[in-house]
Amino acid sequence: MPDAMPNSSHAVPPRVEPQTFEPRIVAFFCNWCTYLAADLAGTSRMKYSPNVRVVRVMCSGRVDPQFVLDAFAHGADGVLIGGCHPGDCHYQEGNYKALRRYRLLKRMLRQMGIEEDRIRLEWISASEAERFRWVMNDMVEHVRVLGPLRLQPDEEVFAEEEVAV
Amino acid sequence: MPEPKDTGSGGIGVYVCHCGTNIAGTVDVNALTEYAATLPGVTVARNYKYACSTPGQELIKRDIHELNLTRVVVAACSPCLHEKTFRNVTSEGGLNPYYFHMVNLREHDSWVHTDKKAATEKGKDLIRAAVRRVRLHRPLERKRVSIDPNVLIVGGGIAGIHAALTLANAGKHVYLVERDATIGGHMAMFDKTFPTLDCAACILTPKMTAVKSHPNITLWTLSEVTQVDGYVGNYKITVKRKPRYVLEDACVGCMECIDACVYKQAKVPDEFNMYLGKRKPIYIPFPQAVPQVVVIDRESCIEFKSGKCKKTCVEVCADRKAIDFQQQEKTETIDVGTIILATGFFTFNATRIPYYGYGTYPNVYTGLEVERLVNAAGPTSGEIILRDNRKPKAVGIVHCVGSRDENTNRYCSRVCCMYSLKLAHLIKEKTDAEVFNFYIDMRTPGKGFEEFYNRVAEEGTHFIRGRVADIYPDPAGDGHLLMCAEDTLMGTVRKIPVDMVVLSTGLEPQPDAQEVRRRFHLSCSGEGFFLERHPKLAPVSTFTDGIFLAGCCQGPKDIPDTVAQAGAAAAEALALIDIGYIEQEPYTAQVLEEVCSGCKTCIPLCPYQAISFVEEKKKAEINEVLCKGCGTCVASCPSGSIQQNLFEDEEIFEEVEGLLAYA
Repeated sequence: MPDAMPNSSHAVPPRVEPQTFEPRIVAFFCNWCTYLAADLAGTSRMKYSPNVRVVRVMCSGRVDPQFVLDAFAHGADGVLIGGCHPGDCHYQEGNYKALRRYRLLKRMLRQMGIEEDRIRLEWISASEAERFRWVMNDMVEHVRVLGPLRLQPDEEVFAEEEVAV
Repeated sequence: MPEPKDTGSGGIGVYVCHCGTNIAGTVDVNALTEYAATLPGVTVARNYKYACSTPGQELIKRDIHELNLTRVVVAACSPCLHEKTFRNVTSEGGLNPYYFHMVNLREHDSWVHTDKKAATEKGKDLIRAAVRRVRLHRPLERKRVSIDPNVLIVGGGIAGIHAALTLANAGKHVYLVERDATIGGHMAMFDKTFPTLDCAACILTPKMTAVKSHPNITLWTLSEVTQVDGYVGNYKITVKRKPRYVLEDACVGCMECIDACVYKQAKVPDEFNMYLGKRKPIYIPFPQAVPQVVVIDRESCIEFKSGKCKKTCVEVCADRKAIDFQQQEKTETIDVGTIILATGFFTFNATRIPYYGYGTYPNVYTGLEVERLVNAAGPTSGEIILRDNRKPKAVGIVHCVGSRDENTNRYCSRVCCMYSLKLAHLIKEKTDAEVFNFYIDMRTPGKGFEEFYNRVAEEGTHFIRGRVADIYPDPAGDGHLLMCAEDTLMGTVRKIPVDMVVLSTGLEPQPDAQEVRRRFHLSCSGEGFFLERHPKLAPVSTFTDGIFLAGCCQGPKDIPDTVAQAGAAAAEALALIDIGYIEQEPYTAQVLEEVCSGCKTCIPLCPYQAISFVEEKKKAEINEVLCKGCGTCVASCPSGSIQQNLFEDEEIFEEVEGLLAYA
């Protein structure tokens, strides 16, 4: 409902040509593996697309599906979740919980008409800076091809409700 | 119950660090500062060349006082580096340290992007998110965890031995757990040590005996850690102690049983001598082994195989009654506060490079085998006699076998150049053979190393710069092996006939390093060595509090570096033990009772059994001591009644929305 919130980010973004479209991607990274891989990519001065914004959580198991929905509702074109490899979780098994939620969430997003490539779960260990760089670029390119996420009015209502909660 | 939060009508200070040109070179720090000043709730926004410097810290503290700031945001490097620093600054300024949030402007922005405009825009988003989030922060307190003064050291090589002695001398009790029948590790197998040519046994064995006799050290050989529970200060360790079939307390180390064994000749390949020699089923790994207690090998002992042995060993042991064929595996549990991992390395398996002919041509040896050959206590009593009983007249040493190689390991194993030089010297000294060292680059950084290289060169060892491409029997048929390499200094291919080839195999992680690291909740670097917390500033710490690394389990290194690292690990453990407690981050979760519906969804999800169900109230309850703050239960709660400190739902929603609230 763009009228109700004139300056809101819920406004449907205008159509943009794929060449000039810069996707907005929100990433949730666990503190022990993927966030450190991102740090290592930094100290190694690896270069990657500047489209991803990182939110640090202690464990990928902390990523509430609502965070992902919230990000989509507020204009993210893609969401990336990064955790430790299976068996490597700093909290033993939080990443398995993340995987379970991710699978359900994917089904839900499909029903909402959000393309599968907009959400991604990746296991990236603290030493895998090169893989991290590749995932960041790959994710941006996939979402770039999809173009901006244009939530239909129904989903906008959902977004409002979700915010109200 | 958490205190009501400050919705923050104002009072936020934002500090953008230049980090010299590290950040300011790619991100427009002035634009960021101007932008931050326009954000709702921001009272002051400044940029500073080095926010972490003393004047930078003072600036923030002064602002907190003079401008009555209520929240602080610093946009600088990774929180892994300076979050603690700025929390302390916030605290010294008079605010709760958790009224602070850090923006990673360097590792996640300026260092990884080249487009100034895009990097600056990203910086704006990150700062906006932090400003929106920090308003919701609540005051939190770190909890103190007491530290059990006992220490567990895993691995009894020189690293474990040195760390154990350092801690034991400081009056702390150490459990030293070793998988083999003796401590000493790889160092005990070496003949001499570079570059001083100290006899390895002469400098190692006094330390090994000291371990055995030290009242503060409990030494468990033939033992492995099977389970690690608990957390820093309060680890509960389960150790599996395999049977030795000889009672350690009863055995006096007379070794009469070895002579008395029904096997008159030693027939079993001897592991300690790299299978070049033979031992009996009842044996002591090497003369200076600690503990000085024999061990029975179940696989080759006739009593175990058939049950019909005359048991001459038992007869000769007589009243001492040290031999016990019924001995069973035991499990012990111990409480320790800190752990040092010193699990060492594995030597590269040379059969992985088939064209070097190891395992095919008998006179191709690995470096470690030659260490045993040249050792006076080795299978040939120190004489270099080849597998075909000849004495070599020409010897070729191949550097970088399993190191600096795209097909095996890319990294340099650091010690091979020096031990190749040492072996060249020892072989020349013992046989007067012509020695050819094939190297890619001669890497001799270290005290006295380059001098040693020069000395070996002056002794007449030949150096050929080139990677050996092939080793094969000389078609002339005189028993020589031809070593084929391009001499890159001469620019020609050379084929050198030798009697003996020594492969300087590199260092690899232990084959079970992955299992071990999972057991101890550690990470590994790409090549499989245990990952240190910071390569420069926390080289012996890990990401798990209270667990430290020493020696080659962290990466290839020589004995001086290993000992230095072991001392550092011991010092880190001592620092924790001496203060007696550690402060832990308050990221724990709690249940908001009035919202909890008692659905029990969260209870099975907690990996630490920290959540219980209170029947009287029909509510879940989280034990703060057991909670480690992963937040899995928080994400699962259908009624949103679990909160994780500093990672509350609302804080993360604000952060996400802040990231996306671009104009």
